[in-house]
Amino acid sequence: MARKLIFFLPIAVFVIIGGYFFWGLDPERNPSDIPSVMIDKDVPVFDLPRLNGSGVVGFDNEDLKQGTVTLVNAFASWCLPCLAEHPILTELAKRNGIRLYGINYKDKPDDAAAWLREHGNPYARIGADSSGRVSIDWGVYGVPETYIVDGEGRIRYRHIGPIDTAAVEEIILPLINELNK
Amino acid sequence: MSAEIGQFALILALLVSMVQSSLPMIGAAKGNSTWIALSRPSAILLFALIVLAFAALTQAFVTSDFSVATVFRNSHSAKPMLYKISGVWGNHEGSMLLWVLILTGFGAAVAGFGKNLPPTLQARVLSVQAMITLGFLAFLIFTSNPFERMFPAPLDGRDLNPLLQDPGLAFHPPMLYAGYVGFSIAFSFAVAALIEGKVDAAWARWVRPWTLAAWITLTAGIALGSWWAYYELGWGGWWFWDPVENVSFMPWLMGTALLHSAIVVEKRDSLKVWTILLAILTFSLSLIGTFIVRSGLLTSVHAFATDPERGLFILVLLAIAIGGSLLLFALRAPALTSGGLFSPISREGGLVLNNLLLTVATFVVFVGTLGPLLLEATGTKISVGTPYYNAVFVPLMVPLVAVMAVGPMMPWKRAELGAVLSRLKFAGFMTVVAVLVTAYLQDGGPVLAIAAIGFAAWLFVGALVEWAERVKLFRLPLADSLNRAIKLPRAAHGMTLAHAGMAVAIAGMTGSAAWKTEDIRITRPGETIEVAGYSYLFEGLKPVEGPNYRAEEGTFIITKDGEFIAKLTPQRRLYNVQNMPTTEAGIHTTGLEDLYVVVGDPDGRGGWTTRIYHEPLVPWIWAGCLIMVLGGTVSLSDRRLRVGAPVRSKRWQAKSGTGGLGAQA
Repeated sequence: MARKLIFFLPIAVFVIIGGYFFWGLDPERNPSDIPSVMIDKDVPVFDLPRLNGSGVVGFDNEDLKQGTVTLVNAFASWCLPCLAEHPILTELAKRNGIRLYGINYKDKPDDAAAWLREHGNPYARIGADSSGRVSIDWGVYGVPETYIVDGEGRIRYRHIGPIDTAAVEEIILPLINELNK
Repeated sequence: MSAEIGQFALILALLVSMVQSSLPMIGAAKGNSTWIALSRPSAILLFALIVLAFAALTQAFVTSDFSVATVFRNSHSAKPMLYKISGVWGNHEGSMLLWVLILTGFGAAVAGFGKNLPPTLQARVLSVQAMITLGFLAFLIFTSNPFERMFPAPLDGRDLNPLLQDPGLAFHPPMLYAGYVGFSIAFSFAVAALIEGKVDAAWARWVRPWTLAAWITLTAGIALGSWWAYYELGWGGWWFWDPVENVSFMPWLMGTALLHSAIVVEKRDSLKVWTILLAILTFSLSLIGTFIVRSGLLTSVHAFATDPERGLFILVLLAIAIGGSLLLFALRAPALTSGGLFSPISREGGLVLNNLLLTVATFVVFVGTLGPLLLEATGTKISVGTPYYNAVFVPLMVPLVAVMAVGPMMPWKRAELGAVLSRLKFAGFMTVVAVLVTAYLQDGGPVLAIAAIGFAAWLFVGALVEWAERVKLFRLPLADSLNRAIKLPRAAHGMTLAHAGMAVAIAGMTGSAAWKTEDIRITRPGETIEVAGYSYLFEGLKPVEGPNYRAEEGTFIITKDGEFIAKLTPQRRLYNVQNMPTTEAGIHTTGLEDLYVVVGDPDGRGGWTTRIYHEPLVPWIWAGCLIMVLGGTVSLSDRRLRVGAPVRSKRWQAKSGTGGLGAQA
């Protein structure tokens, strides 16, 4: 009997592998997703100047170590998904009182300022990263990207692409609440 | 009109494959000879219909009929004719049609050449083959129709991905597919044998030529692909352990194992269950490879459009084909009885070790390719690269290569290891010489690389010694030896060539891995760069105009000790339609080494990024593959593989078993 069971081994292995294949076909799954190596590390050393015409000042890495949780969002006026997440970010900043800083990624200051005038400015501070160098240090590989930085200036979470209400409810708000405890 | 003809041909083919996959199978079970006889004409008709469909698609590409969506997305009127034709399979829909074309082509070949097959076996083989065809035709027609029309027809097409516009890659997919799909015949034979409940020497002899043919084309296909990566991608590398490369390599490893285990079934009536399993697994790996490439399951440099819905369809096909055949295996294989016993030290023992190592090697590649996916399901993301394969795959190859020289010298059933090794004294001596010479030339260079060269020499000389012994070279007058060589079965020459080719390829891989030097810098016209003893004078760039691209062509004059060696003209191309830059490396080969030059982006201050590689022994990789392919072809031409296996008496088998004449590739 045991000898006969061995002959079922190949199909058993195949069924298991096939199950994984089925799981892997999930259209939500993106095999190119790369987890950030910056998680739980200090934010890189940087000093971003203010964005002219935005009406708020710039910020550096020391500003993120003041004991308050900060949401840092990389955006650009030329980026359509950024516009899509803009109302959600605005609501997070206005209603939930979360401190929101912006990194203006590879943008022209005039365009960015006009964009903020048109759609509103939820950012408490905005640093202009016209060359994109600082964003590279953060590990940004496309806008929009959003980071949660804890009070000690450590990156705790990275969100790639526009944030949606599901991400806010399920990940961002719970994590911020936990960090604020 | 031609697109509609192609469409009708596909639909008709679907219907024919339904008939062929059911009636002959039932006929074979019930003994209905009319239904059995149906399989042959139907296999040929099926092939004819797919040829018609393929011709229709080719015509659409050649005449640039942009009302056909596939043509619009992958062709352009200004493209050279060669790439209009290769564009037929340079896309998802067309490549699947090519897949089916080859599948039915092999089926028709079994119908045409398999006259000496028992009719029921042939009917069952063709029936299984038609089941696979049915699945893929349904996939083609329902999810990836190559003949979809667009209205209104666009004025011009979007062009083929420029990286694919290359002579090497024009022939890579057909070769690779012929290999992948060729293993379907071994699979169909295995399933048919499980249904019949009979595996014998004759069965193995019928399976071997098909397996060998598939192995030859797969070897050539993989070699072409890596050659293309080498000169077109401009990194100076030839193998990247990319998932898509791996999925073509796994069937190759398994197929190589199958090729060798089928010999044991044929000669010694042993290892039957294992051989059946290998035949199923080899084709299963081909199917899984197709699935992985088409479904977007893994990321890869190979940028085919992927679609999860298509992936699900193929997964269902996989479940039916692989699951079904393995279930059949689980139920029927225990009934297969095994014959000939043998001691661990024997020809069979060597072949078993070969199988074991190749199977483990396949497993290692499988884990490296799909392991990240399995781990991702548990929430961890990893990527597997060259260090993993160097640490795990390479150590497996060491015993394999060591045994490869010894195995063919051993007689069947029982061998004296000492006696065999003493016949390999000369090979051992030459190994030491090769190691010493390499160590001297490379100043004691990496120890592992020198050892690898030693193994290559061992295998190469070992293969030649075995051949020389057979023809009694230097022991008989030369004319007598020549006479013996002519009388030697072609499969024996084939094996010597294939094993020697492997040795040459190993030396090439070692050389490129261990002694490659590269120089990357900004160079201005007039500057000279020294790399590995050669001087490269960068003369400058000039614009060049191609049929569907513009290029900047750099000129490099290579000299050594003041003597002119070569003039290389690498290009940076910009393809007009897709606005995509590609690099064309300039390569000069001396047969022992490649001098490889790539010109990159300008720095805006009068200089250009130049990359110069010195690649010792790299040409040997493809020379080795070519020799392997040649060996396989010579072996395939062996008369014994074309005539049906005679039913031999037990006594004759025993005699040939100990005679050491059973030459195998």
